[in-house]
Amino acid sequence: MSALVQLRGVSKTYGSAAALHPTDLAFERGKTTVLIGPSGCGKSTLLRLIIGLLEPDAGTIQFDGAPITPAHTAELRRRVGYVIQDGGLFPHLTARKNVLLMSTHLKRPVAEMDQRLAELCALTRFPETALDRYPLELSGGQRQRISLMRALALSPELLLLDEPLGALDPLVRAALQKDLKEIFARLKQTAILVTHDLAEAAYLGDEIVLMTEGRVAQIGTLEDLRAKPASAFVTEFINAQRALVLT
Amino acid sequence: MNAGTRSGGLQTAERFQRAVWKAPLLGLLATLCVLRASTSLGEPILVGSKKFTESYVLAEIAKRAMEEAGIPVEHRQGMGGTIILWEALRTDQIGFYPEYTGTIGEEILKAPPSTSTAEMRAKLERSGVGMTSDLGFNNTYALVMQRAVAEKSHIQKISDLRNHPELRFGLTHEFLDRRDGWRPLADKYQLPTQNVSGIDHGLGYAALRNGSIDVKDAYSTDAKIGENDLVVLQDDLQFFPQYRAVFLYRLTLPPKAIAVLRSLVGTLDENQMIRLNAEAERTKNYALAADLYFQNGASRQQPRAGETLTHKLIRWTSRHLELAGISLLLSIIVGIPLGIAASRGGALGQVILGVTSAVQTIPSLALLALLVPVPFFGISPRTAIAALFLYGLLPIVRNTATGLQDIAQPVRESAIALGLEPAARLWKIYLPIASRSILGGIKTSAVINIGTATLAALIGAGGLGEPILSGLNLNDHATILQGAIPAAVLALLVQWSFDLLDRILIPKGLRL
Ligand SMILES: Nc1ncnc2c1ncn2[C@@H]1O[C@H](COP(=O)(O)OP(=O)(O)O)[C@@H](O)[C@H]1O
Ligand SMILES: [Mg+2]
Repeated sequence: MSALVQLRGVSKTYGSAAALHPTDLAFERGKTTVLIGPSGCGKSTLLRLIIGLLEPDAGTIQFDGAPITPAHTAELRRRVGYVIQDGGLFPHLTARKNVLLMSTHLKRPVAEMDQRLAELCALTRFPETALDRYPLELSGGQRQRISLMRALALSPELLLLDEPLGALDPLVRAALQKDLKEIFARLKQTAILVTHDLAEAAYLGDEIVLMTEGRVAQIGTLEDLRAKPASAFVTEFINAQRALVLT
Repeated sequence: MNAGTRSGGLQTAERFQRAVWKAPLLGLLATLCVLRASTSLGEPILVGSKKFTESYVLAEIAKRAMEEAGIPVEHRQGMGGTIILWEALRTDQIGFYPEYTGTIGEEILKAPPSTSTAEMRAKLERSGVGMTSDLGFNNTYALVMQRAVAEKSHIQKISDLRNHPELRFGLTHEFLDRRDGWRPLADKYQLPTQNVSGIDHGLGYAALRNGSIDVKDAYSTDAKIGENDLVVLQDDLQFFPQYRAVFLYRLTLPPKAIAVLRSLVGTLDENQMIRLNAEAERTKNYALAADLYFQNGASRQQPRAGETLTHKLIRWTSRHLELAGISLLLSIIVGIPLGIAASRGGALGQVILGVTSAVQTIPSLALLALLVPVPFFGISPRTAIAALFLYGLLPIVRNTATGLQDIAQPVRESAIALGLEPAARLWKIYLPIASRSILGGIKTSAVINIGTATLAALIGAGGLGEPILSGLNLNDHATILQGAIPAAVLALLVQWSFDLLDRILIPKGLRL
């Protein structure tokens, strides 16, 4: 079976600074790919290109075999879920309404929505009693669970997560890492996750894409990167992370 | 889980929120229809007057004379100055109004002082306007003295002052400074200038009374001249310009109406006018002063049942609310979309914010003068509404734009990434999040509108400005307060009701 998302020669420049040099990448169905690299290396840019928040300067992005064009980004976005670091929850809507916003907008039957909500609460371990709270009344971890539920509400074929755990304290973070792994496995979810933490990348990712300065440095498992580093940068990056864990 | 009933409840609340926005729209449409209907009933002839006692009284006299001849007349009292009345007359929105020859020459025709009456008539005719002959008095600058002092020194004319260097002059600062004031007057009459001091107009009368000054300047038909039994010195060298009272009228008025105006010519001398002005200021009632004019003649009309204060307050307040309310709704309807457009920045955003800001700097009298000649507007409440609407735009446009621009980038991108169409993003996400700022703008606009709606009185469109203007003119604090207190109360009520509205319209999640 072909890859769900296929990038061919995709590049993006802000003014004169290249955020992403021409890149070829494929994201396989049912797999979790982790994008990792120093901050500013183009990870978020890559996700935004895939969900159509940005248009590439050159190259094509294919989703499920069809190229993404501005004409059908709206349709594409409903097949893709997007979770960002601070959640991006709508402050004026309760947790419930945040999750069901698109379903309500698309006039899904109420019974179907209620059932989906119950499933999602169970899946993300979110307490149903807190569904009528507003984002400001939730803890950081709860907010990210709601953000995840919102992204999963329409059962997307692809889930994009941009440092979803970046702003959480270590205990909450560990709990959510575990939950995410279970969720991806249970849903056989195709996911692309951005992180700057190598341990998290190794734990969640079937495959790691290490980036630097708008280019892909190496693709593989943590073992591959460690055993057969493609460049000095790869070694340096891995050693830096290890040092960080040890100190 | 009872999500169904809960979301049902939330939907009702949303429907209610929408209804709250829609209801005033219907009210607006209804009121606009009523306004049109009532203003298109143009049956009676409209007479205008400026915002000072004598103009009110003259208009009231003409109104009475017309009514006695069976011609219905409606009096638009105390409009905002020569330019508004002239524009209203020129564009056929009022039938006639009292004016002074000096003003006609200088301000309206901008003609040299030497222009003859016949030349004035010919020029006015080009605007379709006629001018009656002199009503019989001249309201110009004059020098006045206490009767006893003048008689003792045998002073009747200004030139008589030449021989009395001991007399003390107390003159208003304006008169001292005017190019056609004291200096050229003293030159022309060769008056002694050593005993001259500047003094406030009101205090000057008290100074005359207690003898600390002997001569002061005044308008020749000032009510105070009658009240204090002063003598007006004759301008025997004709130094002061002629401000002879006449009526200006549309040449298209029915001949019968023009005949009535002509019948008033020569029937009022200075003393009579002083008496009528004093009566108006004493009774605070222009109709009573007009009665006094007719008393000499035959038919004194049975005194009309005066409007009770309560009724007047209700009339002023409801008109005030109507003006402020309709203009506010228009500002909201136009301001929010403009604010949305401005929030996207760029050249269009700059233009929108620039123009709405610039409108604020136009003085209200100038804005009214611009609108009065426009056919749809004229001297109807529509003009006041249009002016208020324009003044009310900026706070709404600016707050809408900044409210939208302040929405955090992650929230914005989440709305897009979810796949909401642009319109749904705006309605379901952006506008509700910006609602506090938008409502703040609307509240500012409403409070400003309540205050500014008093300008409607300048074009005779009513509201609480009516008692304020006429009270200012009569120096009558009670009348001023009849307008000022309800206006202040309205502003407070508006403030409170908006605080209440905040709770209904600003989503709870934003009020935590
Ligand atoms: N809107 C923007 N305008 C200009 N430069 C940008 C913009 N967004 C990102 N960049 C630049 O593009 C590069 C890649 O950014 P990004 O994809 O956000 O990096 P990260 O890997 O940290 O997510 C960075 O150098 C960043 O400064
Ligand atoms: Mg990033």
